[in-house]
Amino acid sequence: MPASIPLLLLLALAVMVVVHIAVPKTRTILWKLSAALGAVMLGLLMYLGMFYAPPEAFMSNVGRILYVHVPYIWMAFIAFLMNVGCAFGYLMKKSWVTDALAESSAEVGVLFGAVGVAMGSIWARPTWGVWWDWDPRLISTTVMLLSYVGYLALRSFTEDPERRATWSAAVGILSGVSLPITYYSVRWWNSLHQVQSSTASVDKTMGSVLLWGLATLLFFLFPFIVKRYEIARARQTAAMELPPLEAPRPEAA
Amino acid sequence: MTPKISLLAAAWLVLKKDWQIEWRTRARLTALIFFSGATLLLFSFAMGPDVTSLRAHAHGYLWLGLLFASVLSLGESFRIESENQALTGLVLTPVEPRAIFIGKVLGNASMLFVLSLVLLPITVGLYDVTLTRVPHLLLLVLFLGVLGISAPGTVYSAISANARARDVMLPLLLFPVLVPLLLAAASATKLTFQPDPQDQLGSWLKLLIAFDLIYLSVGFLVFPKIAEED
Repeated sequence: MPASIPLLLLLALAVMVVVHIAVPKTRTILWKLSAALGAVMLGLLMYLGMFYAPPEAFMSNVGRILYVHVPYIWMAFIAFLMNVGCAFGYLMKKSWVTDALAESSAEVGVLFGAVGVAMGSIWARPTWGVWWDWDPRLISTTVMLLSYVGYLALRSFTEDPERRATWSAAVGILSGVSLPITYYSVRWWNSLHQVQSSTASVDKTMGSVLLWGLATLLFFLFPFIVKRYEIARARQTAAMELPPLEAPRPEAA
Repeated sequence: MTPKISLLAAAWLVLKKDWQIEWRTRARLTALIFFSGATLLLFSFAMGPDVTSLRAHAHGYLWLGLLFASVLSLGESFRIESENQALTGLVLTPVEPRAIFIGKVLGNASMLFVLSLVLLPITVGLYDVTLTRVPHLLLLVLFLGVLGISAPGTVYSAISANARARDVMLPLLLFPVLVPLLLAAASATKLTFQPDPQDQLGSWLKLLIAFDLIYLSVGFLVFPKIAEED
């Protein structure tokens, strides 16, 4: 399979995202289309990863988890980067839109990141002989995930929407510091984990399957973030419309 | 509005105020000393009476003791400000909110630094470590370490002081962020207690300095927004 096919799909997704933002009318359809395409692509990814791609030179068939493990972690990175961007955006100009998008991207990022780490753990068992190892890449990824779990906990523990937005934007920026640390951990320290995998670091066939995996998960990331964003917006609206908790007491006659 | 006094002068005033409050009662420092002393004692009970193993891990126990104590100390530093809306008063004064941040970070760091100095003889007593190999570097590691705890800690304690379940919130936010610092500070302390044949202390010190600089600048950047919301 030439690498141009997943690249074209990525381009199609980019167009869908732009249209989704620019044309409000399409907002009810495009995420469904993206999820449906993602489901079809996921089925194909199973075939491509299991049968089409050659077995890895050192790890043989165990290495095939690469096609989902790596894209899942990439999705987490994309989502967390979006969160940092929204946090900066909110602190520069207060807006409920960036706040809701920050909430949505953090939660989706934690979900994708947790699945990616779980897959890494499944891969580590036959390869390293253990489920978990105290290695810089694993520690830094866990730290990154935990700091966003803390971010989500703070959001759920703060009632005042405006305070929640400002505080979580600050925490989002502080948590964002863990992103470059996690990304470069395999280069900065002697890690058991191999350096970052990309389409350039693996065989051409494997590279195109990896790219296919990336495109597939992006087709899922888009509807996940959109739906979670809509939920966050709906909650914001509901919170604004709520009457104050304690109604003023009538004067005693 | 233009600030009437410079940033550093205002930060110094905030720091002096915190020191004064602490000096009048000395309650926080006393509590911290007993708390972390008890923590160090508990580690030696939990690990058993093997002196060799205790000595080998003393650096880790020291930093865990400091880390646990820092949660109490940081929480208290903004709790005193929430009484009688003191922080609102502080924010309303014609000084930059960033001065409050610098003053608070230095206040928290100095408190933890004094605590770490008190913990050192306890570490010698309980775990039989040698402090005199490179004492100046040990002090530098302790200083950089507590500064690194205080920089993000001050931001998080300002947030959690007003949040629901604040006692849970502060460690939940702070501990993940402090993992690289704990790793660097504990490893560097180990290399001051024990010989450093591969000359690794320098690289851990660089990591500590980088951590401090990153979180001090990020805190400096975001603190005014948090102070506004308080």
